[in-house]
Amino acid sequence: MELTGFELVAALFILVLAAFVGYEVVSKVPTMLHTPLMSGANAVHGVIVVGAMFVAASSEGPLRIVLALLAVILGTINVVGGFVVTDRMLDMFKRRPQGQSPQEKG
Amino acid sequence: MPELSGLDIASYVVYLVAAVSFILGLKFLASPTTARRGNQIAAGGMALVVLWVFVTDFLLADGGIGQAWILAVGIPLGAIAGVVGARRVPMTAMPQMVAIFNGAGGGAAALVAVAEFLRDAGESTLLPLPFVIATLLGAVIGSVSLTGSIVAFGKLQGFVAARPVKYPGSQVVTAVLLLAIVGLGVYLAAIANSVPLFLLFCAIALVLGVQLVMPIGGADMPVVVSLLNSYTGIAVAATGFVLNNYALLIAGTLVGASGGILTQLMCKAMNRSLFNVLFAGFGTGGGVSVAGPAGDQTVREISAEDAAVLMAYGKKVIIVPGYGMAVAQAQQPVRELMDLLLERGVDVEFAIHPVAGRMPGHMNVLLAEANVPYDRLKEMDEINDDFEDASVALVIGANDVTNPAARTDTGSPIYGMPILNVDAAENVIVLKRSMAAGFAGIDNPLYAEPKTAMLFGDAKKSVEELVAGVKAA
Repeated sequence: MELTGFELVAALFILVLAAFVGYEVVSKVPTMLHTPLMSGANAVHGVIVVGAMFVAASSEGPLRIVLALLAVILGTINVVGGFVVTDRMLDMFKRRPQGQSPQEKG
Repeated sequence: MPELSGLDIASYVVYLVAAVSFILGLKFLASPTTARRGNQIAAGGMALVVLWVFVTDFLLADGGIGQAWILAVGIPLGAIAGVVGARRVPMTAMPQMVAIFNGAGGGAAALVAVAEFLRDAGESTLLPLPFVIATLLGAVIGSVSLTGSIVAFGKLQGFVAARPVKYPGSQVVTAVLLLAIVGLGVYLAAIANSVPLFLLFCAIALVLGVQLVMPIGGADMPVVVSLLNSYTGIAVAATGFVLNNYALLIAGTLVGASGGILTQLMCKAMNRSLFNVLFAGFGTGGGVSVAGPAGDQTVREISAEDAAVLMAYGKKVIIVPGYGMAVAQAQQPVRELMDLLLERGVDVEFAIHPVAGRMPGHMNVLLAEANVPYDRLKEMDEINDDFEDASVALVIGANDVTNPAARTDTGSPIYGMPILNVDAAENVIVLKRSMAAGFAGIDNPLYAEPKTAMLFGDAKKSVEELVAGVKAA
């Protein structure tokens, strides 16, 4: 595990800047979107599946293989489930023509 | 500075594209018109980065293809579980689902950290400090998020007691666990990379996750899920550090930060601090001591027909939906009721409390599902002054968010929470299954007021009766 000084500093820069971006992006959200947003953000950290893939790619020995397999499964659940459930929530916010007649059935 | 190969540079570009897609995704998710596209953009970026890593680290890498079976087994299993879970759950169970997906992510982050530690530890020299610190953080935060999310899921699903579970000395236990984690962490980082101690460290973190969430009441679970979501983000960022991977680092940090803000926003909507949510054990007091189902309140009952007439001949009806509407799946008949009243020239609006239901936006989602137009849904600040013009405030399965005790009773656990001013309406009709207390476990003096009438029964059935009543009126 060789993290050069440069890589370390670069990673720190990215960390701090990304934190500010995360803060800015979410600071103004209508209440009704809090749940879908939480769910969407939840799906985004499912990127951990990529980390699990790296572990899998370099796995030797049964223990590491088991850890990698479990991590891949869990990470995939996070990503796939997260995006699908968010999409399902947002599907319900579909814009409909304003002033729709009350007789129309949904 | 290390020389990068063409493939390395391409990888960084892919990570950059993915990072931008995540940022845009979150940004678009913050507005109703673009939210769905935002989710799709983020999903697209995610698919890109997963495919790319598959190509570079499995197809093109030496011996990588030999390990591809792990993906061939793991990804379909995870994908099926994810899709089935996400598609099958009823809308009422969304919060639990988010909790479980979040726990899966936290678990994955912890496993990655564990795998990295086990591979590199045990050599005679100590591992570099930044690497160990990031590994330990990934392991501990991921573990807390995993078990914390499972408990949150259990509380929302009802197989773990929703009430705050506290025992004498519970806070001492938490403190001891925290100290043990810090102590072990320092030892592991600075003195010896011991594998058994590292596993003990992870085990303690798993216990800590349970210990932190158990004392929090079920009504506060949305805030807890949001906080744990932010934790998982931080754990993922830490593993990004460990693996020196910018996609993980950026995505994890983004979610860590935005999840933190979102948690703050949710607390603000309830007029409470995060500290109060996490440590006050909301709902421990009142619910138990005032336990008698009807308390000593006398309430007035009303028939569906009478209630329907009140609304049909009123000039304005404000509907206040709550978790009861979600549970009974009453949103369709509610829309029908709205349509009928509008046809008769009665103005109908919906008052949405920020924490109505189990999650912010819960009611909006359900009513949107039933095709209630956006512009009829009003947020609390927008509509609170309109209640005095309303002939009828129709409360459907909402309780705590209408409780006037929050305004006046300094002893009430929800004192200070902004509530909907339903008691300003001319008549209040409350649809409720029984006289049981709300999720916060406290009585609601609104029900004893002379202008309030109760219509007991399943919310869906009651609303259907109201619909029939308005038709006949």
